[in-house]
Amino acid sequence: MGRFILRRLVAMIAVLFAISVVTFSIFNVIPNGDPALRLAGRNQSPDQISAIRRTWGFDKPLYVQYAKTMEKVFTGDLISYANQVDVDREIIQDVPRTFSLAIGAALMWMAFAVAIGLYTAVKAGQFSDRFLTVLALIGISMPVFWIGALMNYYLGFKWKIFPNGGYVPLTENPIDWAYHMILPWTALSLLFIGVYSRVLRSNVLDTINDDYVRTARAKGLSERQVLIRHVLRNSLIPIVTLWGLDFAAVIGGGAILTEKVFDLQGVGQYAADSVGQLDIPPVLAIVMFGAFFVVLLNTVVDIVYAALDPRIRLS
Amino acid sequence: MATEPATELTFGDPGVLAAEDARDRVAGLGPWRLALRRLKRNKVALAFGALFVLIVLLCLAAPLYADHVAHTDPFKNHLTDQINVGGKLTDVVAPDGIPIGPTWHGRFFLGADGNGRDIAVRLLYGGRTSLLIGAGAAIGTILLSILLGTIAGYFRGWPDTIVSRSLDILWAFPPLLLGLALGTALALGGLKIGPISIAGDSKLIPILIISVVQVPYMARPLRGQVLALREKEFVEAARSQGASSLQIMFSEILPNLVSTIVVFFPLMVVNAIGLEAALSFLGAGVRPPNPSWGTILGEGISRIVTAPHQTIVPGLMLVLTVLSLNVFGDGVRDAFDPRAKVRVDR
Amino acid sequence: MTPTPPILEVRDLAVSFATDDGVVQAVDGVSFDLRAGEVLAVVGESGCGKSVTAMTLLGLTRSSNARFSGTAQYGDTELIGASEEQLRKIRGAEIAMVFQDAMAALNPVQRVGKQIAEQILAHEDTSDADARDRCIELLERVGIPRARERVDNYPHEFSGGMRQRVMIALALSCDPRILIADEPTTALDVTIQAQILERFRELREQTNAALVLVTHDLGVVADIADRVVVMYAGRIVEQGTLDEIFYDPRHPYTWGLLGSIARMDRPRPKRLPTIAGLPPSLANRPTGCHLRPRCPHEFAECVKIPPLEARGESIPTHPSTAEHTDRCWLSTEQKVALREFAPGEIGLGTKAAAS
Repeated sequence: MGRFILRRLVAMIAVLFAISVVTFSIFNVIPNGDPALRLAGRNQSPDQISAIRRTWGFDKPLYVQYAKTMEKVFTGDLISYANQVDVDREIIQDVPRTFSLAIGAALMWMAFAVAIGLYTAVKAGQFSDRFLTVLALIGISMPVFWIGALMNYYLGFKWKIFPNGGYVPLTENPIDWAYHMILPWTALSLLFIGVYSRVLRSNVLDTINDDYVRTARAKGLSERQVLIRHVLRNSLIPIVTLWGLDFAAVIGGGAILTEKVFDLQGVGQYAADSVGQLDIPPVLAIVMFGAFFVVLLNTVVDIVYAALDPRIRLS
Repeated sequence: MATEPATELTFGDPGVLAAEDARDRVAGLGPWRLALRRLKRNKVALAFGALFVLIVLLCLAAPLYADHVAHTDPFKNHLTDQINVGGKLTDVVAPDGIPIGPTWHGRFFLGADGNGRDIAVRLLYGGRTSLLIGAGAAIGTILLSILLGTIAGYFRGWPDTIVSRSLDILWAFPPLLLGLALGTALALGGLKIGPISIAGDSKLIPILIISVVQVPYMARPLRGQVLALREKEFVEAARSQGASSLQIMFSEILPNLVSTIVVFFPLMVVNAIGLEAALSFLGAGVRPPNPSWGTILGEGISRIVTAPHQTIVPGLMLVLTVLSLNVFGDGVRDAFDPRAKVRVDR
Repeated sequence: MTPTPPILEVRDLAVSFATDDGVVQAVDGVSFDLRAGEVLAVVGESGCGKSVTAMTLLGLTRSSNARFSGTAQYGDTELIGASEEQLRKIRGAEIAMVFQDAMAALNPVQRVGKQIAEQILAHEDTSDADARDRCIELLERVGIPRARERVDNYPHEFSGGMRQRVMIALALSCDPRILIADEPTTALDVTIQAQILERFRELREQTNAALVLVTHDLGVVADIADRVVVMYAGRIVEQGTLDEIFYDPRHPYTWGLLGSIARMDRPRPKRLPTIAGLPPSLANRPTGCHLRPRCPHEFAECVKIPPLEARGESIPTHPSTAEHTDRCWLSTEQKVALREFAPGEIGLGTKAAAS
């Protein structure tokens, strides 16, 4: 197991490096004109542009540019030219909000998905199964920002059941924090509940006919014990991988939209706002860190998967 | 997101249906005919497929609608106009900025947006854009994935390592973030590769971006399939008959990938439409004032407090489109493999 | 041998499944007795219903599209109609099953010790530590070396033969009175097969458990069985002691099975006789005797289902017991005459050859 972990960590570092190169390339290498102009965004004064050219090294060879860019990102020297703010500091402030959203939503969708997935599998073919499947399909088809906006408007603004967007830090007031997060969590979860419950249902239906489940029954275990100890546990293993992958995808994707709609001021919203202003430095940093996080989480998931399913350790 | 499972939403009696199936198998119907037959039986999937086609047709007919029914175009602002609503002369956009809601008549059938534009007209034109980008991106992804997957899976060795590692890296970027990054980078200057120059506000840019972003999700499964197919006897037979690698790839490998591609296609289009909506909503996709469902929703949501219909209606259209394609795509997947297992492709 | 009372009495067991292709009659009126310490072999081609019979005894074939009739009396419990609760107490503890494919039949992500302990703890009130000790002991008993370490291994870390022994250890863990083995050696090579059979023999000697051995391998049957039940297309076609079946077979299907064995102790025949044709679809069986379409000795009477009876007058070489039953209308003389494919060779022949 130790060797497996080491191998994965080494692979991870290689990928992280490659990601930094790719991110750099997107912004500074894509052939469409002067990168300095692009970085300046909407603030295109000649002074600004020559300053950019200097500090980012656009008059120097590519590898120097890469080094300078990475230096800026990792030493907190990255400035957003549109707002004159320190990008890294801004990101650090926003991270807890994004994590609150992502972790809460991930737990919520997992809980519901397992319940619904197991239920529909056990009741496969009956009306309740079909009905919930249809609901799941509808859930998958709704854009998260649309349903989020509607929820915020009706439940938050109009009927005042929930707060109208905004964020309260956990450290300030846990109850209020949760109260503000319920709508965003739900909006973000809906899509994933739809997907995961169907994945789990499919896995359970496959597992339930596997030979070792029959052996479990032949041992004299109750149906409930068979279902939970053998069927569910084995069905969940591939789900763990998916969950890890999607959690990372949420941070870099769905979270952006949800944050914007509910005005949570998280990292995602920061990225979205920067995009709107064509302010490149924050986008660059966030994209890179986002990818880093995905890779990191992937590696963790790999290791957890290997711990759960011993056959994987051999590969 | 990774692959999804299939649903079986048929209404037929399983005994009768499977007897038909058995008869067909014995009669030697090829896998395509069998799949088609199974799809035909799935009334629910067919119904939703028809709904999707209806939506596409409606959107394609946008110019007709604009000219003959609404008498306007998607860009014309009617800020200061007044129209006849139920006998009363009403401002299209009231002095306090609130546009009129649905009139359920030819003009402003679904109401107006904050700029006085006809929502229904914009919705249809936006649909054209979104569907075009969705289909275009899906096709782009498929072409790129076939190329990369076949090269990697067939030649293995170095080409495979390069392609697979590249896909791994591409896959590490969360799709929306990557789309945002590319969208932002290309927004101002467009794309200039040698003689080819694409303007920053061309529809080709989102198509390109979304194609590239989705490649890992298709290329990997295809690569896996090519790896497996490569070892099959009919490939060896072709090789021993002197066929070149290129010939083998076209005549033996490619045809066997088609069923996978057909099953994936609806899913790819759905994802592309969703991604376009998100990107355009955030301002990194289709550029204003061009309508797309994403931009329309973006405008609507920013005004949701004063004019919720501007959000609800376009959203419903998007949901309906995606839902119908989802259900139909499920039916297609079911038709090709009724017992499809969920695989996590790593 | 003084007959001891049977511990399992199966009477007219019938199992059918409603499938997409129609109603499949998998088991059609099967009756047999099982006594303590006895090895009963259930023999037949794939699809003849032997596995379904075995699994039905433990209620493992129950599903929404299955229909059962008949009885299987085990002590005070009638197994076919028993509730899940009653069956639960019997499964593993009194009647245990060894499945065919050990790799598929064991949970791939659980250690084998835990899997065996699970059965022990489901039936007995012992501590985890005690259960674990018993697991180690069981593994040693079935001949797995270094059991103390291997008890924490996963199924994929064992070879095929070792895995099968793990399954046997699992089945033995609660000292069952009846062990049902469904093709336990089919997936193994011959040398391992011999070792597994040795285990079964030891088990019988040590605990006097009865063994129901489901197999299509007559070599295995000859090695270990006391009595044999031959099944075809859901019905028992012949039943008797090992000697009776091998030396005095009274049903054309049995002749066919015996004739198709390659034997080392006879001169090699020009062609290894097979049973021509294919087994019938269980959803669509021929009327009367199921073997009719493939039997070269078919005659008018065969359109009526022959009842399973002891028809034999004894012949000089083999005294016939009342328990040697068969389902064939032919008279005993006809059987004795027809069963020799070639002088000294039992076999079935083909319809073409017979006419």
